[in-house]
Amino acid sequence: MHMERFRYDNVIVRNFIVAAILWGTVGFLVGLWIALELIFPQLNFELPFLTYGRLRALHTNSVIFAFVGNAMFGGIYYSLQRLLKARMASDLLSAIHFWGWQLIIVAAAITLPMGLTSSKEYAELEWPIDIAIALVWVVFGVNMIWTIIKRRERHLYVAIWFYIATFVTVAVLHIFNSLELPVSAFKSYSVYAGVQDALVQWWYGHNAVAFFLTTPILGLMYYFLPKAANRPVYSYRLSIIHFWALIFLYIWAGPHHLLYSALPDWAQSLGTVFSIMLIAPSWGGMINGLLTLRGAWDKVRESVVLKFFVVSITAYGMSTFEGPMLSLKNVNAIAHFTDWIPAHVHIGTLGWNGFLIFGMIYWLMPRLYRTSLFSEKMANSHFWIGTLGILFWALPMYVAGFTQSLMWKDFNPDGTLAYGNFLETVTQIVPMYALRALGGTLYLTGMVLLIVNVIRTVRSGSLLREEEAEAPALEAAFVKHKGEHWHRLLERKPLQLTFWSLVVILIGGIIEIVPTILIKENIPTIASVKPYTALELEGRDIYIREGCNACHSQMVRPFRSEVIRYDPVHQQYSMAGEYVYDHPHLWGSKRTGPDLHRQGGKYPHSWHYNHMWDPTSMSPGSLMPRYTWLYSADGRDASLNTSLTEKKLKAMVKLGVPYTEEYIANWEKELMDQSRQIADELNKDPNIKVQPEEEIVALIAYLQRLGTDIKKADGLAGN
Amino acid sequence: MSVLYVLVIVSLCVALGFLAAFVWSVRSGQLDDDRSPSVRMLIEEREPTAPVEADKS
Repeated sequence: MHMERFRYDNVIVRNFIVAAILWGTVGFLVGLWIALELIFPQLNFELPFLTYGRLRALHTNSVIFAFVGNAMFGGIYYSLQRLLKARMASDLLSAIHFWGWQLIIVAAAITLPMGLTSSKEYAELEWPIDIAIALVWVVFGVNMIWTIIKRRERHLYVAIWFYIATFVTVAVLHIFNSLELPVSAFKSYSVYAGVQDALVQWWYGHNAVAFFLTTPILGLMYYFLPKAANRPVYSYRLSIIHFWALIFLYIWAGPHHLLYSALPDWAQSLGTVFSIMLIAPSWGGMINGLLTLRGAWDKVRESVVLKFFVVSITAYGMSTFEGPMLSLKNVNAIAHFTDWIPAHVHIGTLGWNGFLIFGMIYWLMPRLYRTSLFSEKMANSHFWIGTLGILFWALPMYVAGFTQSLMWKDFNPDGTLAYGNFLETVTQIVPMYALRALGGTLYLTGMVLLIVNVIRTVRSGSLLREEEAEAPALEAAFVKHKGEHWHRLLERKPLQLTFWSLVVILIGGIIEIVPTILIKENIPTIASVKPYTALELEGRDIYIREGCNACHSQMVRPFRSEVIRYDPVHQQYSMAGEYVYDHPHLWGSKRTGPDLHRQGGKYPHSWHYNHMWDPTSMSPGSLMPRYTWLYSADGRDASLNTSLTEKKLKAMVKLGVPYTEEYIANWEKELMDQSRQIADELNKDPNIKVQPEEEIVALIAYLQRLGTDIKKADGLAGN
Repeated sequence: MSVLYVLVIVSLCVALGFLAAFVWSVRSGQLDDDRSPSVRMLIEEREPTAPVEADKS
């Protein structure tokens, strides 16, 4: 047996872990900040880049892609090398992966507060960054697969299967959800419209949870848990079943985010069925993790790493029980759009992802630095403070979710809404928001303890940059087959060939097919639904820029409580045909404020004007921040930027929106006419003085258009 | 709702890709041993010794 000597690259692992700690802290801090903004809206200091709508995307992107992303890459680079008995195939690719990913994060941290967003949840970054993500992701995948090919261990341990699934699926999801038509370097429109855009978005959104926040973390669990407990996983056979069952089921579950929406019923049911089945593999994995510690629970008492892992896996079990339950239509009817959903999500992220990563860091850093953890006691404090943080975060949000949902659906005996004013249902749960902020503070405090502990640990040791190892070459096991060597080569090639052809087919072929199919189909199904005017389109882009969809949905579900609340005159729920020109869709997923799909014509222009200037003037106690930068006042120029309007209209035409050539030629006049009309009406109010060029006028034009076309259709035309 | 067909096709492609990987893993003997890998991964790499001469088998 010929032994080969080689070195594991520990530097790349250390780099990713440090990046995870750094960005994680930023992400938690932003999260805490926006949690406080929901109690004290004035905390945005009337600065656009500090406002909830924009910062929320920064929070989600930084914790998902920067914190979990970097930590997962660190864990993968550590475990992959050791499981394969091989150094990463290319130091250069490792470096490109690391620095490329950090650059993407920096780009996100700059563009999102600037309001450069595609508006699609967890995929907000604009198209140039999307392309960078795809490229860096491929670098990661090539590096990983190349290392797998060069391995010295024939068997691929189950964790590696999870890593491969992560790479393949996230690549496909990211590409399909990010298909957008650029208007300028920082503005694009989704090629999909309305219901279709929503479906692609949640096909992506759910699988982002599945393949970015779950499968890689499961891979890490299957490596670091046995290592930390120093005993094999409970059942290796179960882990294999867990893997295959999970990946075959996950990809079909996305539509459960769109229950009771305008999505076709059969698609909703398909999503529900697969979501319920998912409980089997998920709990298989959880049980496998927890039973690994059977007969060794005494170790949990002593090892802080195992403590973190146990709570993490328990949280995984809780959220994967909750997920299928929330996919039942009757449960979803209560939970959707409420704080129950963020609670569910944060059990998964704070508990399952966060705690597994913390445990991994406490296990990993002393090993990389050839020393012992600076303070077990401090890590224990982190564990308890963090656990309390999760409880304080989630439990009040469950209460808030139930409370608000019941209030939304509560009727008086005479058939009127018991809480007709949406704001009442919000002020009721503000104390819960305060408790949630306390939870976030505790969780962040734990993170600070981790930072101190890691710094002290690092100082007490020195980084083992290159870890020497040796293993027999893989080929040695196949000496007998020497005569058949050509056959093995052939055997291996189809696998690679299939893989790469799959990637090529997916990217190349369907990029061409998708837009053509979709555009043809955007024939309006409701004749009275017309494209937005140039001014309304610009207003809609302001709505997107400010992230209004972070708090306001545009999807009135077919419940009596919703149609009465949001469309008291016509009592009409939202229909698929109303969204055919919405590139992208703006359905939203959370109602911190009321639904806006039937907002058009509900209030006079002046109401919106005063409300956006100071929401509490129209709705005392409102949690909405002031949007003063949309107004030309106090020496500020808030003129609408129309330099891209023509390009935007033309882009829409390419996507199948039927603007006539005549309209595009005269867009400037049309836009000015409409804004003058709105400004004139506003200026009738003696307390209002507005110029037609101001951004607020465009936004009002859009809000007043929302959901009004349908009313012209059914002869119900009222005001 | 033609995007449904696109998504179904793409999802099927991914699923078939995984199915191919599964078939490969079964046929190449990846799953023959469902006990020892979980134990072997625990074995810490030995400190490297002097290069071993190739075995004369």
